[in-house]
Amino acid sequence: MSGPSRLPSGPEATLRFTFDGVPLRARVGDTLAAALLANGIGLVARSFKYHRPRGILSAGIEEPNALVTVGEGGRREPNTRATDVYVYDGLVAHSQNRWPSLAFDLGAVNGLAARFLTAGFYYKTFFGPPPRWLLYERFIRRAAGLGKAPTKPDPDPYEHRSAFCDVLVVGGGPAGVAAARAAVQAGERVLLVEQDREVSEEIGGARVLTRTTASGVWDHGFVTLVQRLVEPGQPPAPGQPAQRLWHVRARRVVLATGAIERPLTFAGNDRPGVMLSQAVCRYIERFKVLPGQRVVIATNNDAAYATADAIAAAGGSVVAILDSRAEKSPVASAAAHPVHTNAFPISTSGKRHHLHSVEADIGGERTRFEADLLAISGGFTPVVHLHSQAGGALDWDEAIQAFVPGASRQAVSSVGAAAGDLPPVGIAVADLPDPKTSFIDFQNDVTAADIDLAWAEGYRSVEHLKRYTTLGMATDQGKTSNMAALARLASVAGVTIPQAGLTTFRAPFTPVTLGALAGAAGGGHAAPSRRLALYDRHQRLAPIWQPLGLWHRPRAYPIAGETLHQAALREARAVRTAAGIVDVSTLAKFAVVGPDAAALLESVCATGIAKLAVGRGRYTFLLREDGMVMDDGTVWRLEENRYLLTSSTGGADRMEAHLSYAHRVLAPHLRVSVVAQQEHFAGIALAGPLAKAILAELTGIAPPAHMGLAQAEIAGVAVLILAASYSGERAFELYAVASDAGAVWDAVEAATRARGGAPYGLEALEFLRIEKGHIVIGAEADGRTTPHDLQLERMLRKSGGFIGTAGLTRPALSAPDRSQLVGLTSETPIPEGAMLVTATGEPVLGHVTSATGRVLGEGAVALGLLAGGRLRIGERLLATSPTRNQSAHVTVTAPLFYDPEGTRYRD
Amino acid sequence: MLQIDCPYCGARAQSEFSYERTLDSIVTVEMPANEAVRRLYARANPRGFDDELWRHAFGCRQWLVLRRHRQTHEITSVAAFDPALHR
Ligand SMILES: [Zn+2]
Repeated sequence: MSGPSRLPSGPEATLRFTFDGVPLRARVGDTLAAALLANGIGLVARSFKYHRPRGILSAGIEEPNALVTVGEGGRREPNTRATDVYVYDGLVAHSQNRWPSLAFDLGAVNGLAARFLTAGFYYKTFFGPPPRWLLYERFIRRAAGLGKAPTKPDPDPYEHRSAFCDVLVVGGGPAGVAAARAAVQAGERVLLVEQDREVSEEIGGARVLTRTTASGVWDHGFVTLVQRLVEPGQPPAPGQPAQRLWHVRARRVVLATGAIERPLTFAGNDRPGVMLSQAVCRYIERFKVLPGQRVVIATNNDAAYATADAIAAAGGSVVAILDSRAEKSPVASAAAHPVHTNAFPISTSGKRHHLHSVEADIGGERTRFEADLLAISGGFTPVVHLHSQAGGALDWDEAIQAFVPGASRQAVSSVGAAAGDLPPVGIAVADLPDPKTSFIDFQNDVTAADIDLAWAEGYRSVEHLKRYTTLGMATDQGKTSNMAALARLASVAGVTIPQAGLTTFRAPFTPVTLGALAGAAGGGHAAPSRRLALYDRHQRLAPIWQPLGLWHRPRAYPIAGETLHQAALREARAVRTAAGIVDVSTLAKFAVVGPDAAALLESVCATGIAKLAVGRGRYTFLLREDGMVMDDGTVWRLEENRYLLTSSTGGADRMEAHLSYAHRVLAPHLRVSVVAQQEHFAGIALAGPLAKAILAELTGIAPPAHMGLAQAEIAGVAVLILAASYSGERAFELYAVASDAGAVWDAVEAATRARGGAPYGLEALEFLRIEKGHIVIGAEADGRTTPHDLQLERMLRKSGGFIGTAGLTRPALSAPDRSQLVGLTSETPIPEGAMLVTATGEPVLGHVTSATGRVLGEGAVALGLLAGGRLRIGERLLATSPTRNQSAHVTVTAPLFYDPEGTRYRD
Repeated sequence: MLQIDCPYCGARAQSEFSYERTLDSIVTVEMPANEAVRRLYARANPRGFDDELWRHAFGCRQWLVLRRHRQTHEITSVAAFDPALHR
């Protein structure tokens, strides 16, 4: 008999699972890796680049080889470590990166990959000419890769939770349990987390989460945990999430994260049947599985001798212990196994993808041992990831040949193996006869030869070497490979390992599912949805909704099969010829009240405020400190010391902070109060040549003149009437308390329809404002435009004293070739976002910011930003959008296409 | 995620706060143009502690001054903004 086998002791295997479609059985408590070994299966995967046959290297989360896909449909989880999945009844697992089958894989047979995909392949290829990329891309996409992402939606819920504690202990081994007990005794609130299913001993008085991984340690004792309530691919219990992401704030953190055993580097060290020594021990003792019958052990430390004893006790035969140390340690001297000192594994050979023999160098002599298992131990590396993530320093420990936690930056301490409490190792290494098959990073298929090549090509920094070779950049983040890589680099560079340096440890410690990160935020819950007060009124008209930040606003109200454009054009024409109403509730609104209200407004608004008469309003705009236009709106003087400022929907939250800053930080002496009223008032704009008559009929009062205001009642509801026009027609904004606004809408809609008008949406609003040349924040005012660029400079307050006054004095802001707002006209549709050029291939002079067909006439108009645009009026340009394959010949004009005298909105 | 000890509300997660700017980049409207431009574009930007203006935007909405290490995120004090002291 050869290969792995189940030990006779222990319970019956009752769990059914499949691997590549083959039905198999597992014992309760088996990991998938243990169950595969128990079924005699040693070949479980193909490697990432070279499609080499791979088995099971470890028994823990560090596994780089045994990556499988677990689960089906939306629960399919690729690249799952077989060593970190517990078998449940019905588990379905598949091997990855193989075709047509795991045992016979063409990618490995044709051997193409090995020739091409050496260190720096991507860099060299993508610096080359495009035809080479195109050739290689097809090849790489087929050849390289791991599991395939699921294409169906994940059916399971996920959730986020928060927790607080005095002490968070990470790791439930003996060191973690001892730390938790001590903290409980000291009266501290303790949370202990263990990524495995069980902790080593019970801990009274502490909260314990198993199957929970501390994925990241961040700032100020903030730690994220991922708790698996079910195994990958397993349906959760009804009402339960599959996984939880915990946000923990801990006063202090104790890391009892243990250590990871290091492989040794030699030819064919990636072959199925080569396994870490501690993993062999764990399969025997915990899972009652003997991973091989004839075993060679290669070690540089004493810990592997316990593995030899365990193998012998389980009925296996220890063929040889290859100890790289020159002298026998006391443990080696006491061993009841054939021990060879000064002995190294050199290469392996196999049969049918399984280990068959090991060639060793013993004191300079080559010897071959027949074996089906090679247990290796290159010493132990403390798991310092979380310590390092928390900003802690690392110190080099020569005895264990590893980095150990140094000074901590936060209240984070390490205990046990994680702190470096580990057996010392011998440092002698053998020469590698074949570096090309001596693997350092198993998961990313990086060999010793790749590191040598990177060095030869001039990569000196370990950070560069990592990126050039992709070393440590796989999902295991180099847990088993980091130290071997540094050792190789140090040896080719002729420096010590601490001199070679170390790459940064980053969260997550082990891969985290997107579901856990999303929590409950999936399925349309990623952001809250802000609903208009008049939502029900709109919904009755079945509009096309348009998201605008968190808001959803009607874009158009199609009737009788109209397209969006047909509906919007009909609505816009109604405004131009009769009347229309539009919901403007989302505009930002601020009550600015107090004796110094005008002074505060003058500090933020770049236009005149103080001379505004009671009962009047005015267009205004606000600048950033650098002089660029930040937002615009209107300001109204309702009473002597009471103003209303409106500004853009999208900038509402920013404006709230800006006004608070301008008051509380810059001018706290001002006696003024600012109240954000965006959602307190709903707003309806009534616009069109019949608007005045409709309003008079609804209110019984004489409507105010343009930029005047009045108070009145509509349908018994008090409304504030502001006579402002955005569309270019005579228009009124009607504001009512949001909870009462429905009746106002109903009355205004009815009266408007009675005169041949209609509700209109954002699309028609856009057509109308473009024709009038009104700017929009985010389109024309794009954060790079000054008042001068937007032809607003005549409105600037000459006396200054507003935010942005100083910034505007910078000389570059008055350069003549700045991008300036212009109008564009054309016989044909003008593509929005198109670039403006004199002819195809010529330098880009600007771009189209907004475009529309004329509402009543023929042809198209647009607004654009054009270098030195004011001096280009009358020029013919090409507006071209190669990505959409659209273009139009345009004429540069002033940015105003409709009623330039403004006669239509005045009485 | 930092933890910020608001003098009004107590210790709260960073997600409740918004960062505004460093104290040395506060520009009042009265400042001469050259001083304003210097404060905006020629700040010290130290690799170490700096005084910063924050707001407890999703809490009490008060303006706060943090002394924070810009590399380690250590916060040594959180005080209510006081124009006499902080501007
Ligand atoms: Zn607060």
